[in-house]
Amino acid sequence: MANDDTSVALDRGRRKFLNWFLGTTAGAFFVSVTYPVSQYLIPPEVEESTASTVTLPIKPNDVKVNTGQIFRFGSQPAILIKDTNGEMKAFSAVCTHLACIVQFRSDISQIWCACHNGHFDLNGRNVEGPPPKPLEQFVVNVRADQIVVNKRS
Amino acid sequence: MDEENPKHGPLWLWLDERIGLSDFAKLAKKKQVPLHRHTFWYYFGGMTLFLFMIQVATGILLLLYYRPSAGEAFESIQFLMTEVQFGWLVRSIHSWSANLMIFAMFIHLFSALLLHAYRRPREMTWLSGAGLLGLSLAFGFTGYLLPWNELAYFATRVGTEIPGVVPVVGPFLRRLLRGGNDVTGATLTRFYGIHVAILPAMVTVILGLHLFLVQKHGMSRPASVETDGSEKKSLPFFPNFFLRDVVGWLCALGLLAALAAYYPAELGKKADPFQPAPIGIKPEWYFMAMFQTLKLLPSHILGIEGELLGVLGFGLLGAILVAIPFLDRGAALGKSSSRLATGFGLLLIVYAITLTYLGYTMSPTK
Repeated sequence: MANDDTSVALDRGRRKFLNWFLGTTAGAFFVSVTYPVSQYLIPPEVEESTASTVTLPIKPNDVKVNTGQIFRFGSQPAILIKDTNGEMKAFSAVCTHLACIVQFRSDISQIWCACHNGHFDLNGRNVEGPPPKPLEQFVVNVRADQIVVNKRS
Repeated sequence: MDEENPKHGPLWLWLDERIGLSDFAKLAKKKQVPLHRHTFWYYFGGMTLFLFMIQVATGILLLLYYRPSAGEAFESIQFLMTEVQFGWLVRSIHSWSANLMIFAMFIHLFSALLLHAYRRPREMTWLSGAGLLGLSLAFGFTGYLLPWNELAYFATRVGTEIPGVVPVVGPFLRRLLRGGNDVTGATLTRFYGIHVAILPAMVTVILGLHLFLVQKHGMSRPASVETDGSEKKSLPFFPNFFLRDVVGWLCALGLLAALAAYYPAELGKKADPFQPAPIGIKPEWYFMAMFQTLKLLPSHILGIEGELLGVLGFGLLGAILVAIPFLDRGAALGKSSSRLATGFGLLLIVYAITLTYLGYTMSPTK
């Protein structure tokens, strides 16, 4: 009988070992499949355009007073505005609320986001509606007949 | 098996021996649908299923012409709508049926909620149903982008920005959804893959589980009906209830055809990432309540950004809805009065209807 007990205990130990072995193998297999798949799903980093200056394809005299227009700043949209005093200003056109693209409204002389009715004044400050932060402002320089927009350093 | 039965021909017998037709016949005979004053609400699950099948069929047809890239998507749908014979019909039915399916699903959800059909032992049925609702909303959201038009583009910019406001994991989630930092052709390809492969695969599994559980437990008899001492009546599912189902489906098909013919799906203008969002931009109606909430929330509430609070609020409501079978102790104990769950359901309905109404009636420029 003593012999039987040892063999049962031995069997149990062996079973435990085999189960552990099987479990870790299954675990390792699972990880070896899910790791590459999860890495695959994460899009690779693409070089962001780091341009800090852009020359607009429009002439300063062609920009009308009390209007705004979207231009490309690297890969991002930006907005150029000429206020009623004839001063030109530029801001990021990406609304700070939920990233819609803003527009200039000549009827209220404000920058406005159509998505959730956010208002910004002509200094880019969020003055009404849900946007939590002001728009990033850029520096506009007029050189001869070119408009050059720079990021603030 | 049923060899004395003269009803069955040799083909039936041949098949029965190989795949067990009589087992299915027995199952169909056994299934009963409870008959009481709320029986009407049972039809909406089947209605959702029918509209889903229409989605599968029309979706497969659309696949034959659709091209999932930023350069070609819009043009391929333009071609489908103008050149392909009945292309407009297939796309319009797909679009309308999607809307009706979500609508039927909401009715199904709220009737199950208000009749407390989720109570023991049907908690898993409720959870799988909640999963199907989530998948359907994901279907709607990803499908909305595929025409690559202006509305779709901005809806996706906003929609993918919403998980982005969640602290810590937000930016990563947003990148994962968009397939990059911005909504681009990479997003379109990703949404296409999700819409036509990943979601259908997931729905197949969860819908299978949901239907299996409905068969296993039978339809829930509302507690109020069970305890009012009235005689327990029921209707055989096959063919009695099934034929009534089919009548509903035929009506839905007629409605779909009429909607598709009189209000065909629109295409609008092609997406341009360097144009402002158009005035009066709106999401699909079932996201309207959320959209309008985000519009009305001020920029900061008690020092926290309004949209973050809004998004966390939606998350909390969703979590409560999913967890209702475990929160509603009254129903779990078999009591008929689980007023809190009813109140929650009614509140949710009133809130959704009010905000949706405001979304459609408030001036977009004020």
